[in-house]
Amino acid sequence: MDPLFFLLFAFITVACGVNVVLQKHPISSALSLVAVMASLAVLYLLLGAEFLAMAQMIVYAGAIMVLFVFVIMLLNAGTEATRGRSWTATIFGIPAILILIGALAYFMQTGMPQLGSVKFGDFRGGGAYQVGYALFTEYLLPFEVTSVLILIAIVGAIVLARKELD
Amino acid sequence: MEFLVITGVKLALILFIFMTALAYLQWVERKVIAHVQVRMGPSRVGPHGLLQPLADVIKLITKEGVLPPHVNKFYYLAAPFFAVFMALISISIIPFGTDITIPAMTIGGTTFGPYRTMMELADINVGILLVLALSSMGVYGIALAGWSSNNKYALLGGLRSSAQMISYELPLSLAIAAPLLTAGSLSLRTIADTQQGFYLGFIPHWAIFQFPAPQIFSFIIFMIAAFAETNRIPFDLPEAENELVAGFHVEYSSMSFAAFFMAEYANMVTVCSVATLLFLGGWHPLFPASLGSNFIAPLLLAGCGAVCLYHGLHPARPFDRYTLPAFAVIFFGLAGLMAFPPTVPILMPIFWFLAKLLFLLFLFVWIRATLPRFRYDQLMGFAWKFLFPVALVNLLITGFLVALAS
Repeated sequence: MDPLFFLLFAFITVACGVNVVLQKHPISSALSLVAVMASLAVLYLLLGAEFLAMAQMIVYAGAIMVLFVFVIMLLNAGTEATRGRSWTATIFGIPAILILIGALAYFMQTGMPQLGSVKFGDFRGGGAYQVGYALFTEYLLPFEVTSVLILIAIVGAIVLARKELD
Repeated sequence: MEFLVITGVKLALILFIFMTALAYLQWVERKVIAHVQVRMGPSRVGPHGLLQPLADVIKLITKEGVLPPHVNKFYYLAAPFFAVFMALISISIIPFGTDITIPAMTIGGTTFGPYRTMMELADINVGILLVLALSSMGVYGIALAGWSSNNKYALLGGLRSSAQMISYELPLSLAIAAPLLTAGSLSLRTIADTQQGFYLGFIPHWAIFQFPAPQIFSFIIFMIAAFAETNRIPFDLPEAENELVAGFHVEYSSMSFAAFFMAEYANMVTVCSVATLLFLGGWHPLFPASLGSNFIAPLLLAGCGAVCLYHGLHPARPFDRYTLPAFAVIFFGLAGLMAFPPTVPILMPIFWFLAKLLFLLFLFVWIRATLPRFRYDQLMGFAWKFLFPVALVNLLITGFLVALAS
């Protein structure tokens, strides 16, 4: 059952990812990105990381992408105007992408051949308990540094917005 | 196979009961608001307007669905389904009661069972997070409806709704996090089970009374944020009719209009169920069975039956002579079931869960009938400047008390 689900949702993830680029309208692109986030959450679930899957849904699909859609709706962005496609990009771009994907797949296959449940560093399992325990013991310093970094980003955003208002 | 059959039966039952309950919630709301405002409310279709939801459904189905020419067709048609889908799916993880065991029986030589199943469709170990995730996905339905209608009022409604729901999700999540510290689990069933038992033999072990850190403030913050999340008065700015005509659903008609209403009521039921499970002890009774909590339900239902019978014998309208005794028989039958020893362990948890759920739903309706609407800047200021800091402090104090007690 698991491989079937993996194939299904991996296909949806990739198809929606391609759709983000192909869609002309920004809202359609943003919603495709939501679908990518949601199917990624399902892939996390299949790996046994139920807490991460839900965090992915709440934070990325729920909060961040709602803000994206909000801004697009607020600016009332219309359909993109398309210019003529350049032939060189078509001729060299598609083979280049294929080579890149092939190389990535090769290195992933040789570099980490063992596929199993999700694994971060030394601990296994993606439940709320395991994630919390690892964050507050082993990875406490990186966790706190990241928090400070995000705080700086928030303060910076407010400062920039203030200047705009004055 | 057995799993599929049981799940299919549960699915059909829950869907049927839930959809009927949503239709009747509308009736309850109209009736309660009418009585608060000293009116009669719906009273023409059936006794006390009891068939009004049926009439409403028939009206909404048979109405013409108008597709305005200026809308973005795909998103305009998809938005109500998205809203209702996200609202209905979260009911599948709400446990309404404890396990049921169906004893083994022999039909035509083959023995079936014994079956043992839970009241909810799925007991997920991150259930509460799934509810949060689905409620945050529900924003898209409303936002897209507002945007795709290509109408300034609808767009403003959609924008207001998404801003409001993102803002109030923070205090909501923080208020949920505090009782999780004492429960120590994310599964809704386990959370409810940690609230079993009584202090001194009569004070229930519910999260709002629980020992190291009573969660009464979390409960109040949760309920305030829940009103905003479900777009109910006093936070129904997305559909404020005196500013935005009808807000995000101004261009909708027929079933797609009904879908938004269904989503709103389904969200109300989900949010109240979560409040019941997190703070009010789920299906655990208000006072222990040794003090007679098992007799509340039969007495209440028998009382309803007696009132129906009395009014049936002294009819105010000609048909009351036949309809009210029929209701009396139904009530007496339910009272008998509630008092019948083999069914008590199954029905009593459902009764207590429904009693708390209906009380919270009544609170929603009551507040709609009494409070005026916020101004938009007040709404945002309240969320960010008051509710969010209070929820943070509450979470810190809870964490401190839990750490001290352990």
